[in-house]
Amino acid sequence: MRTLLTAVLLALLGTTAAAQRPDSTRTDSLRQGRGPRGLDSLAAVIRSLQARIDSLAAAGQQPQAPPQPARTSGAYMNIGFDGLADFGWSTEPNVGSLQLGDHDPVVRGFTIPNIELSLDGAVDPYFRGFANIVYKIDPSGETGLELEEAYFLTTSLKWNLQLRGGQFFTEFGRQNPQHPHSWSFVDQPLVLNRMFGPDGLRSQGARLSWLVPTKWYTEAMVSVLNSAGGTTSSFRSDESAEIHGGTPVTRSVDGLTDLLIVPRLAASLDLTATQTLLFGASAAFGPNNSGPGTRTQIYGADVYWKWKSPRAAAGFPFVSWQTEALFRRYDAAQRASAEDPGVTLPEEQLRDRGVYSQLLWGIKPRIVAGLRGDYVSGSPAAFDTELRAERYRVSPNLTWYPTEFSKLRLQYNYDNRKGVGSDHSLWLQFEFILGAHAAHKF
Amino acid sequence: MHTFGTFKLAATALLALSGIGAPAPRKLNVVATTPDLAALAREIGGEAITVTALAKPTEDPHFVDPKPSHLITLNRADVLIEGGAELELGWLPPLLDNARNAKIAAGAPGRIVASQGIHMLEVPATFDRSKGDVHSMGNPHFVVDPLDAKIVATGIADHLAQIDPANAAAFRANLKRFSTTVDQKLAEWQKLLEPYRGTKIVTYHKDFVYFAARFNLEIVEELEPKPGIAPSPAHLAKVISTMQATKAHVILVQPYQNRKTAETVARQTGATVLDMPQQPGAIPNTPTYFDVMDHLVRALAGALETKP
Repeated sequence: MRTLLTAVLLALLGTTAAAQRPDSTRTDSLRQGRGPRGLDSLAAVIRSLQARIDSLAAAGQQPQAPPQPARTSGAYMNIGFDGLADFGWSTEPNVGSLQLGDHDPVVRGFTIPNIELSLDGAVDPYFRGFANIVYKIDPSGETGLELEEAYFLTTSLKWNLQLRGGQFFTEFGRQNPQHPHSWSFVDQPLVLNRMFGPDGLRSQGARLSWLVPTKWYTEAMVSVLNSAGGTTSSFRSDESAEIHGGTPVTRSVDGLTDLLIVPRLAASLDLTATQTLLFGASAAFGPNNSGPGTRTQIYGADVYWKWKSPRAAAGFPFVSWQTEALFRRYDAAQRASAEDPGVTLPEEQLRDRGVYSQLLWGIKPRIVAGLRGDYVSGSPAAFDTELRAERYRVSPNLTWYPTEFSKLRLQYNYDNRKGVGSDHSLWLQFEFILGAHAAHKF
Repeated sequence: MHTFGTFKLAATALLALSGIGAPAPRKLNVVATTPDLAALAREIGGEAITVTALAKPTEDPHFVDPKPSHLITLNRADVLIEGGAELELGWLPPLLDNARNAKIAAGAPGRIVASQGIHMLEVPATFDRSKGDVHSMGNPHFVVDPLDAKIVATGIADHLAQIDPANAAAFRANLKRFSTTVDQKLAEWQKLLEPYRGTKIVTYHKDFVYFAARFNLEIVEELEPKPGIAPSPAHLAKVISTMQATKAHVILVQPYQNRKTAETVARQTGATVLDMPQQPGAIPNTPTYFDVMDHLVRALAGALETKP
């Protein structure tokens, strides 16, 4: 009916009107092309009109620009919603003692480790704003809410500088700044858990970054953050007793050295047209609360290599390799044991180290096979804790992405904790994304 | 202020003494997300610009890695040409967040959105991802319609003239030459495909919609059941029966699409799988827009000439 009307109208309006709106006819002729056979005669009418229009347009008449339709994802803010769910079983009945990350599966059965609302957009010509609000359901069924990130990012500072301010995942290494849904495995690498705690290293503060004017990508960053709280676990955290065994002391902030300072240098080069190497070195310096004047230093190195086929479809096939190694020196003061105040633990240096390495193979579109190895260990100390003991883990997995908005992942973990023994776990993870298109970072 | 003035004077004097009249003007650094847009920029910018494309000609432009080297390229760009219509939505935003380049910020003269001014086809009435990866602003594969390429080239010329007024006349002249050539070539291409008016064809993805509309071909099926969704056996069975019923005997594929799937369908229908890369440089000796279009039109005309 609409096709008929358009054809008649166009015939009546004649050449001039038709020339001004050539493309609307084109759309209709397209629609007609898929229509029922009975409209064949009309198609002929439209085709002759089309030919006239085409020749007019080809003669140099510019079609008028039609109004652009409004964007889907909110005019001023992109809204995304991400749901992660895990299901599985472990030979360790107290799954939480094995899976230490806040976004790991933590029970036999079902875990909802991360339901994330993400918002972002341009604040004005000078700033962009980002926020991630996370809901989690704990093993007792209670819903937890966490303001994971909320920060601004400058867009137009001079000299290639960029400032970020607010609450954010600190740029230390490769995986720490990534959100759980973009991880390639269902759980947090052991070494990141040990150095940064179950929620990763994030705090309130500011980060200045300089894109160095070199031929290759080189970026120098430094974050200055509050050093207190559960998400700065190696520093002034209330849970620091888990590391050093003493009763944490209250420390005030008297100067810049009482804040957490995180410098990072990252560089990248394209080895070939299809291979890219990205590597970096990071450190974190700040006070810890084992005593009134003690400090922690963490050093890390990370490397990421990726090959992607020149004829990649949906980003496949590809092979990538990612490795991070971290070392922590935690100076513990002479302190009263938290378990037994009658016992005094000596002043000592707690040294921890760990590494994880993961290989991913995007075999064909939407299928990724992965293998990760984890190793962590700590120096002997007066306070003996599983959180500093030697441990290794091997995790093969297979992920299927029906589209870039959903995924299904199966992962097996072989765990070996020194003094505890071996455990086997099998996890199935499902993810869905609603709203704004998930842009992928490199 | 005084010191600065003196310095300027001294610098000018030095320059004059050294015999360098005016330093050679720096060429505008133009970055395009895809090679087809880069090729159009070359037509307009000519010798006055250097052009870099971020996506490879052979890779899926919906899924490009936002590599750090791209960040450096964008950081140093004077002009960015993007397809718009959400083609690069999955990879360009994180690069731009970090590019720290006000010259290519949204709305700046250095930011060219190719889809602006294009009459977009297949603009969805509702936004619903159960229908596949449908772009809310419409189908983004419009450059293969030569009249749309002219619109894109006009936009490029307007922006370049604004940014580099000294070369504005050259850009306008290049645009005129480009448009005239498009008109001539289009008549030639239309003549080549005229015998096949209304012919039914099959494509892998919805990436020949504008091409088919311009050259009066009818796409009866895509191998993808929905945009961005991998072909399923059930859907392919439907494609095969449609092809048999409509006598469609050509399947168009791009370098990054699964040719094996297309070949399977072709075997069962007696059809031909035709390599139809839309990006300049995807196959040898196709550096320009005209090379690509020539190849597309001639390859298709050749394949349609052979009856199954």
